[in-house]
Amino acid sequence: MTGASRGGARNSLVLVVSLVLAWQLLYAFVGDKALTSPLGTVRYLLALLATDAFWLNIAETARAFASALAIAIVLGLLIGFAFGINRFWGEVMEPMLVALYSIPKITLYPIVLLAFGIGMPAKIAFGVIHGIVPVAIFTISAVRNVRPVLVKTGRLFRLGPWRTVRKLLFPAALPEIFTGIRLGFSLTLIGTLLGEMFGSQRGLGYLLMTAIGLQNIQVIMAVTLLLVVFAATVSTILLRIDRHLHRRAT
Amino acid sequence: MTRQARYRIAVIVGALVLLEVLCRIGTIDRLTMPPPSRIALDLWVMLRSGSMAGAMLKTLTNVAIAFIAAVLSGVALGVFLHGLRAVRETLDPLFATYYAIPVFAFYPLLIILFGLGDTPQIVIGYMLAVVAVIVNTLNGLDRVTPVLLRTARIYRMGPVKTALKVTLPCAAPHLLTGVKLALAYAFIGIVGAEFLMSQTGMGFEISFAYNNFDNAVMYPLIVLIIALATAINMTLTHLEKALLRRRGYQ
Repeated sequence: MTGASRGGARNSLVLVVSLVLAWQLLYAFVGDKALTSPLGTVRYLLALLATDAFWLNIAETARAFASALAIAIVLGLLIGFAFGINRFWGEVMEPMLVALYSIPKITLYPIVLLAFGIGMPAKIAFGVIHGIVPVAIFTISAVRNVRPVLVKTGRLFRLGPWRTVRKLLFPAALPEIFTGIRLGFSLTLIGTLLGEMFGSQRGLGYLLMTAIGLQNIQVIMAVTLLLVVFAATVSTILLRIDRHLHRRAT
Repeated sequence: MTRQARYRIAVIVGALVLLEVLCRIGTIDRLTMPPPSRIALDLWVMLRSGSMAGAMLKTLTNVAIAFIAAVLSGVALGVFLHGLRAVRETLDPLFATYYAIPVFAFYPLLIILFGLGDTPQIVIGYMLAVVAVIVNTLNGLDRVTPVLLRTARIYRMGPVKTALKVTLPCAAPHLLTGVKLALAYAFIGIVGAEFLMSQTGMGFEISFAYNNFDNAVMYPLIVLIIALATAINMTLTHLEKALLRRRGYQ
């Protein structure tokens, strides 16, 4: 372990402890009506995790998320390589992808629902819409920035297009592509959950929305905690790998 | 206009024509999507009648509140954290993973805490926007040349005056990046929250129209929101580029 990553781990630990303390203080301040305590939330989450019904919801969300992520990465890479290799078309399409990044995509959800119907395919499609953009944008720029000498070497060795991508472009562009996949992971998760929060009958997002009507603060806190811990943990691991790849490349 | 931009317009027009044809010949049925020409007509009628003026005003007001609060407090927090190395290093892991956390998952909790008014939506918009401002303020302040700080010291400026007169103007290009993201995120947050659960605003009107199968209202509204978000983003990107050019970048 290097000094920097040890410092990072210590900072993360201090941060988590401070956040839990802040939560406990807030709880002491606003009381039982509005919040549950950190310990109470963890206890309730563990109790939920012991029930089969809760696991059905987790499995539903996990399936939608995993399918959406896989599709987003594959399609994003295809789009990214196509428009990264062809510089002109890359410059034509990239601003549109960037614009798609910054619009409130949730407004597109009714169209997705009308096209796919309520259920699994709509959730997956909505996750893909969110996740595909960063993967594609980062891959385009990564492939475009591969040093020309590498491509020329490939031509010299008479590598076909498939092997040029596999042996040259992909390894050379990997660090930046990975950054895109890391962001794609987060956005796909957000997209899938948003999909479940509106027009869905299963999954963690659905559970959150129905708990509002029931004023069930325990469920809301427990599910939110689960999602935040999952997202933060995976994203921290991906960030580590990301930094490692970038360090190795330079 | 560059050749790329002409091709881009051609792609968009081509896609619209294709959609129009697919809708007219019935490949896409009327209940799923009306033809683009029809949507444009509906949008024109809607804007002229002023039936959505109230919802638009509501959404834009809430976006403005969340945006202004995020920019003011984000810049202030950025300046503050820049002076406190230890606190900043502790918060670094939070900033690095913040956008991986599905902020919308907090919406049910906020509804329970604040009731189903404007507040939970504004808080979501603010939560999404503020961290982009903080991170970009820190980025900008990191790049202020030391000679400027020494000059400020020679003039015996206090910390607040130094920030307002020297460091913040110097960091302006990065601040503008933060401001741009903050506006996009505030918009995404407000419209998303309205869409999920609320009683007013453009996002609410879209989900209301969806639930009533009212495509004559839903599609024009979706187009309107996307056009608004894209116009705002393009304006700010343009400003950002102009500022960078004046500072001698590119």
